[in-house]
Amino acid sequence: MSAAAEDTVTEAPAVEAVPKRAMTLGTGTSLVILAALLVTPVFVKNFVVFQMTMVMIYGIAVLALNILTGGSGQFSLGQSAFYALGAYTSAVLMENFNVNYALTLPIAGLVSFGAGYLFGKPALRLSGIYLALATFALAVAMPQLLKLHFLEQWTGGVQGLTVMKPDAPFGLPIGQDKWLYYFTLVIALAIYIGSVNLLRSRSGRAFMSIRDNEIAASAMGVDVAQYKTLAFGVSAAITGIAGGLSAIVVAFVAPDSYTINLAIALFLGMVVGGVGWLPGSFVGAAFIIFVPNIAESISKGLSGAVFGVLLFLVIFLVPHGARQVAIVAQQMLGNLRKN
Amino acid sequence: MTQAQLAQGNSPLLAVRDVSVVFGGIIALNGVSFNMHKGNILGLIGPNGAGKTTLFNCLSRLYQPSSGDILMEGASILTRPAHKIAEIGIGRTFQNVALFPNLSVLDNVRVGCHSRTSSDIISDSLKLAWVRRSEADVNKKVHEILAYLDLEEVGHTVVSGLPFGTQKRVELARALAADPKILLLDEPAGGLNHEEVYVLGDLIKKLRDERHLTVLLVEHHMGLVMSIADHVVALNFGRKLAEGTPAQVQADPDVIKAYLGSKDQ
Repeated sequence: MSAAAEDTVTEAPAVEAVPKRAMTLGTGTSLVILAALLVTPVFVKNFVVFQMTMVMIYGIAVLALNILTGGSGQFSLGQSAFYALGAYTSAVLMENFNVNYALTLPIAGLVSFGAGYLFGKPALRLSGIYLALATFALAVAMPQLLKLHFLEQWTGGVQGLTVMKPDAPFGLPIGQDKWLYYFTLVIALAIYIGSVNLLRSRSGRAFMSIRDNEIAASAMGVDVAQYKTLAFGVSAAITGIAGGLSAIVVAFVAPDSYTINLAIALFLGMVVGGVGWLPGSFVGAAFIIFVPNIAESISKGLSGAVFGVLLFLVIFLVPHGARQVAIVAQQMLGNLRKN
Repeated sequence: MTQAQLAQGNSPLLAVRDVSVVFGGIIALNGVSFNMHKGNILGLIGPNGAGKTTLFNCLSRLYQPSSGDILMEGASILTRPAHKIAEIGIGRTFQNVALFPNLSVLDNVRVGCHSRTSSDIISDSLKLAWVRRSEADVNKKVHEILAYLDLEEVGHTVVSGLPFGTQKRVELARALAADPKILLLDEPAGGLNHEEVYVLGDLIKKLRDERHLTVLLVEHHMGLVMSIADHVVALNFGRKLAEGTPAQVQADPDVIKAYLGSKDQ
């Protein structure tokens, strides 16, 4: 029993959220983007195809964080841990147990779901910055756990594991990179559609009701504890699948690829893309992959500082990220049509 | 309780039995008992700090009484967690409006249907046929309620942008979506102007008559309580001061003393 319960009724939500209708792109825009994604690999170099694949993989991971933060209002700086778990699950299954690479992904998702759900249970007692700190601890611990000596026969310890890059099936006449691009595209699309469905459903409304007002949600019959842990589980599962995909595409896993830097990058991607706006996840992912390169091309010695300035500019000019840009673009298009 | 109600011989829909709540050393409620009968509007009045909201929060399971029991249709509600109160037919609104500010009016009311529907995250993600049917039923019901409360025009509006009076109606709509038997209204007239209060009074009576609801009205606004309540319970300092028809309670010397103070003080 707590006398504070009454006060929290009117507490402001932790996250300023996107109205649900505006959560996705219009059908027309979506189809144009999909067509572009289908055609582009034909015209560009393999390295660019690889980079685009990585954008989609990071995009899936940012989307997972968006479901957790934008959907249920919980913060996480520990997504790199679930990403690592997925990557290692896929890599270990492929290398040590000869499991088909595509089959390792649902397993990576399930393992990460379990881990996320279990982590979500104690995390129920925490909120806001305290939850962020607890997840931060998870991210810090994970690389060291992966280096543990008694796991070394499976994980390869500090050295990590090299994975066989799969060829295109059925003798399709395309290279490995292009095949993995389309493979990733299909999975990214499936996860994107599934996530949109989820957030627009009864479960998604339950997540968002918790984000906006826990006590009112509970009075409406929403099991707050259950849905909060579920949100962690779903987010971890999707992040794990992204991790598994990265193991297949990069063909290598090592503990130090999954440090807190990755978790922060994913968090950054979410903010740049627009919290709660699912298509923005992929824009955010492009930001965290390409902008450090751009920064390096401007100044090799001061690339970190240049990146910082670029990031600052983005946050200063468009605080709501890609979502804000999309809204402005939409309005301008609307005006053009009128004239 | 009036003789007429006793004569009906109905067991009460909701029975509050000797409920006490203690916060640390402060006794917020001290052995309060009363019954609510089906189809009645029960007004719960009392000066600030009398224990009205504490009692209210016991009914919606936000507070655990230190002793006593609360029975809904004969069964104790005290073994249920807060999120399992809606499903037994107890709906509520909040004192200062506790909507989901970033959701549209439609979605706020859809959340109200949560306790009457079921789903799981896999079926929801895949939008399976049974999920689509269930959502279609939810939408039909939500639109019916919005029409009933004259909220259809603002259906797609995000609630944080709506005027306070409209937000209060949205909260009512959300509570109705759970098909409650009892509606707990925590100071519904708070923040409304004179005219709005009387519209609200008519609405509460209409809900009782047309939707067969039993209403617990916690209210400061004496005029509203006295004009629509069938039965009034007055609290002061956590104790039940008086109970009866509005006229009886209004004439009770203890109630007058609690509100106005007495000459000999």
